[in-house]
Amino acid sequence: MKTVKVYGPGCKRCEATEAMVKEAAARLGIEVAVEKITDAKSIAVAGVMSTPGLSVDGKLVHAGGLPDAAKLDGWLTA
Amino acid sequence: MTTETHAPMPHRAAPDWLWYLGVPVAGVLLYLLYGQLIPISEWLTGLFPVARDSHTGEAIAFFTYDVPKVLLLLTGIVFVTGVLRSWFSPEKTRALLAGKRQIWGYPLAAALGVLTPFCSCSSVPLFIGFVSAGIPLGVTFSFLIAGPMVGPVGLGLLYGLVGWKIATIYLVFGFTIATVSGWVLGRFGLEKYLQDWVRELNAGPVGDLPEERLTLVDRLKIGLEQVREIVGKVWIWVLVGIGIGAAIHGYVPEAVMLKIMGGEAWWSVPAAVVVGVPMYTNAAGVIPIVEALLGKGAALGTTLAFMMSVIALSLPEMVILKQVLTYRLIAIFIAVVAAGILATGFLFNFLL
Repeated sequence: MKTVKVYGPGCKRCEATEAMVKEAAARLGIEVAVEKITDAKSIAVAGVMSTPGLSVDGKLVHAGGLPDAAKLDGWLTA
Repeated sequence: MTTETHAPMPHRAAPDWLWYLGVPVAGVLLYLLYGQLIPISEWLTGLFPVARDSHTGEAIAFFTYDVPKVLLLLTGIVFVTGVLRSWFSPEKTRALLAGKRQIWGYPLAAALGVLTPFCSCSSVPLFIGFVSAGIPLGVTFSFLIAGPMVGPVGLGLLYGLVGWKIATIYLVFGFTIATVSGWVLGRFGLEKYLQDWVRELNAGPVGDLPEERLTLVDRLKIGLEQVREIVGKVWIWVLVGIGIGAAIHGYVPEAVMLKIMGGEAWWSVPAAVVVGVPMYTNAAGVIPIVEALLGKGAALGTTLAFMMSVIALSLPEMVILKQVLTYRLIAIFIAVVAAGILATGFLFNFLL
């Protein structure tokens, strides 16, 4: 079970990122709990300056723009 | 399904050579099309049952010429900017600005504000990220003002629609306002007017993201993605702006324009700022209006003031910043930037 956090105030790209994570997890057969962090303070404390940001099991892996689909697979399987 | 769990699915993608070939070919095609816009617009205008030299005919010609022109320019500018900005990121910019307390932190911040990709939806985390890294508040403001004020879209469209002289003037003065406003705001010692939680926040070290290695094709993809996203979002503003521009071009008599926005009417500069601030559009929407205003004899200073206040000071952005700034700080921020815009407006009306 992996915990994935999507950091972003709720813009279109943040939602797209969340959908990408769920789609990739389902395709790879990995169980994930996706959590959306929308509060500016929590986003900043996590060290994310450009949204959407992404962390897997507490480790920040991506910030700014949609993640690359192939890399996303890599983060989820790592 | 079982094989896919082991190997990530190969993502369908165009081969690299297609990018190296396709981008220049698309560029040449768009350039050739750009050269044919006048005949196309005249032909379209001729389809309407109105005299070409009537008010309506003029307005239609303006609209049918400007719509494809602005959309083509916008596509080109957004693509090139997207590719160039792929070498920059808020994280790198922060590292460059942290510790720059000297005076040239301000112009550097303004320059990076133009080059760093960030959308207004992440301006709050970005603001906090900067301030918590010890970047002075004034330097942060220079960065935040320059981004929209001298954005490449505005400059490129000014260049294409109004000419290089005015585009250069705009660049120089927009950049100066961003730099000087940041410096002035920095002198005020405004840290105490941040929202409490921002001051107390000791944001941890920003995540150490591994540096992403991008190939040239990756960067071209980023450019194309930007075109899809930005042109897809602003085209409606472009149409509205050109519609207003066309109405001005076709129907507003020059005498009226001279009276309202001419150089003699000193009050027109502050009026332009007051009208411009609550107007919410973007550079792509306002520049066709600017083109029509200047064409009808509006004073350059007044028009510059209008354009700058529309682009650089927008209410929705203030609402976003309200999360981190108190009303008092927002008011000071608006006052300082508006003063710079007013000074620019008066200067040009006085000089010309």
